[in-house]
Amino acid sequence: MTLTDPRAGAATGTSGFDVERVRKDFPILSRTVHDGLPLVYLDSAATSQKPLAVLDAERAYYELHNANVHRGIHVLAEEATALYEATRDKVAAFIGATDRREVVFTKNSTEALNLVAYAMSNAETTGPEAERFRIGPGDEIVVTEMEHHSNLVPWQMLARRTGATLRWIGLTDDGRLELGNLDAVITERAKVVSMVHQSNILGTVNPVETIVARAREVGALVVLDGSQSVPHLPIDVATLGVDFLAFTGHKMCAPTGVGVLWGRHELLEVMPPFLGGGEMIEIVTMEGSTYAPPPHRFEAGTPMISQVVGLGAAVDYLTELGMPAIAAHEHAVTSYALDALATVPNLRIIGPPTSEARGGAISFVVHDETGRAIHPHDVGQILDERGIAVRVGHHCARPVCLRFGVPATTRASFHLYTTTGEVDALVEGLHGVRRFFSR
Amino acid sequence: MYQEIILDHYRNPQHRGLRDPFDAEVHHVNPTCGDEVTMRVKVTDGVVEDVSYESEGCSISQASASVMSDLVIGKKVDEALDLEREFLALMQSRGTAEGDEDRLEDAVAFAGVSKYPARVKCALLSWMAWKDATAKAIDAPLDLPAQEKP
Repeated sequence: MTLTDPRAGAATGTSGFDVERVRKDFPILSRTVHDGLPLVYLDSAATSQKPLAVLDAERAYYELHNANVHRGIHVLAEEATALYEATRDKVAAFIGATDRREVVFTKNSTEALNLVAYAMSNAETTGPEAERFRIGPGDEIVVTEMEHHSNLVPWQMLARRTGATLRWIGLTDDGRLELGNLDAVITERAKVVSMVHQSNILGTVNPVETIVARAREVGALVVLDGSQSVPHLPIDVATLGVDFLAFTGHKMCAPTGVGVLWGRHELLEVMPPFLGGGEMIEIVTMEGSTYAPPPHRFEAGTPMISQVVGLGAAVDYLTELGMPAIAAHEHAVTSYALDALATVPNLRIIGPPTSEARGGAISFVVHDETGRAIHPHDVGQILDERGIAVRVGHHCARPVCLRFGVPATTRASFHLYTTTGEVDALVEGLHGVRRFFSR
Repeated sequence: MYQEIILDHYRNPQHRGLRDPFDAEVHHVNPTCGDEVTMRVKVTDGVVEDVSYESEGCSISQASASVMSDLVIGKKVDEALDLEREFLALMQSRGTAEGDEDRLEDAVAFAGVSKYPARVKCALLSWMAWKDATAKAIDAPLDLPAQEKP
């Protein structure tokens, strides 16, 4: 039997970006599933696949350099520390940070966001230098209705710990932020505004500058969840104008287990620690301790060394291909997909219907020929039988599902290695899903 | 997985729609996929007199609620609980069991679901809700299996 491999994609017309060559760097993309079906991986918003360069870097680290970092004076310890710290420089350059001390390694975005939230409640018992972070009754925390639970629940918990009030910016019907009443939502009482850059469920890319401008007027800190933007768009923290940026390695071709909190140095310098332990201290006595300057103040305990090394390799890999070229490729695939999905009768996109200010995560609801919604679990199962991997559920953004009146969605999400051929396979699969449930 | 029996119950669910009278009502959710069921149980003289529900979810969870209520209504509570244990064992068999059709009737159609760990909880949602409601109705603690972390 000869099968046309759906993964073979037409070039997207992006000059200099060869998706077929890129795909060869990702061994997993050429595997098959369910007894010989080519894998069509459209779940990169959940986690990206990893190129050989990242796998090799982690393996080489363990084969040649493994030691604990920042301690010991032997060769391996020095090499391991140099590799670990080199990633800090790479990440700083990748996001336009001028000061390497502004890059803090965390476990993931969730931990990076919790770090800021806990630092704010810890400020209550810290000296006057942490005044900027103090929060209590009468103060407000502002998020948006499209946050991933990782940028919602830590703030709900902070509000509960401190007596502050949580407020949020609502959504329009096409999945954008409702900015008409922004001044009423972000008021003088706001101490912190934490928002997602690119929604993991809607795909919306938010107008950060608008929110930052209002937050600056009222003196609120701005935290940006870049989990879905840093892997896909050129990012420059100076241009964004935010105070903190959280992102995770595993969505940007790096291993799981490593994330980043970037923060302005003048803020990190006075920010109380979250986790206490080794490495984050200066002087320790039985009575008390003083803390190390940033970034080490926020990196208690033995860090995720091999993962950080892998992150460095991922940053090199993405940098070499060029984030502008990657973004252009993904934009082309996203535009193609929105057009292609429009050919599926009765398919409802949950999120912006056009590719303007939108990334390559597309949520939708499929209906059978009688107009009844087919549950995303059933959609995902039938697609899986064709070798197509999508995410189904509420995507850790349940308030978004509530806002749009759906229990869950099916989400196809793209990355630098996604082809238009894979989008075609998805659309053909969705026609199949409709036929199956309309029998 | 998608047996014709399952699709039939999905398209034409039995006993759907909340009814009075009832002794206990529970609301169970599957937090990972958003499936929800509200279930009412009426127990009279040790017999499951009525089961009714409203639910939202995938075809597997919808069909399972229909099959379950069909199966347990009119049975003694003890017999129904035995069937629940049999169905649970079938769902936990990872595709190695077929189920006793004489006892589980249409519910054996879900045997194939047990091969898909992510879907087992869909098939079990209404059964667990029924068991919970029944425990409340007869005022006796019944062990609910710990929800597996997906």
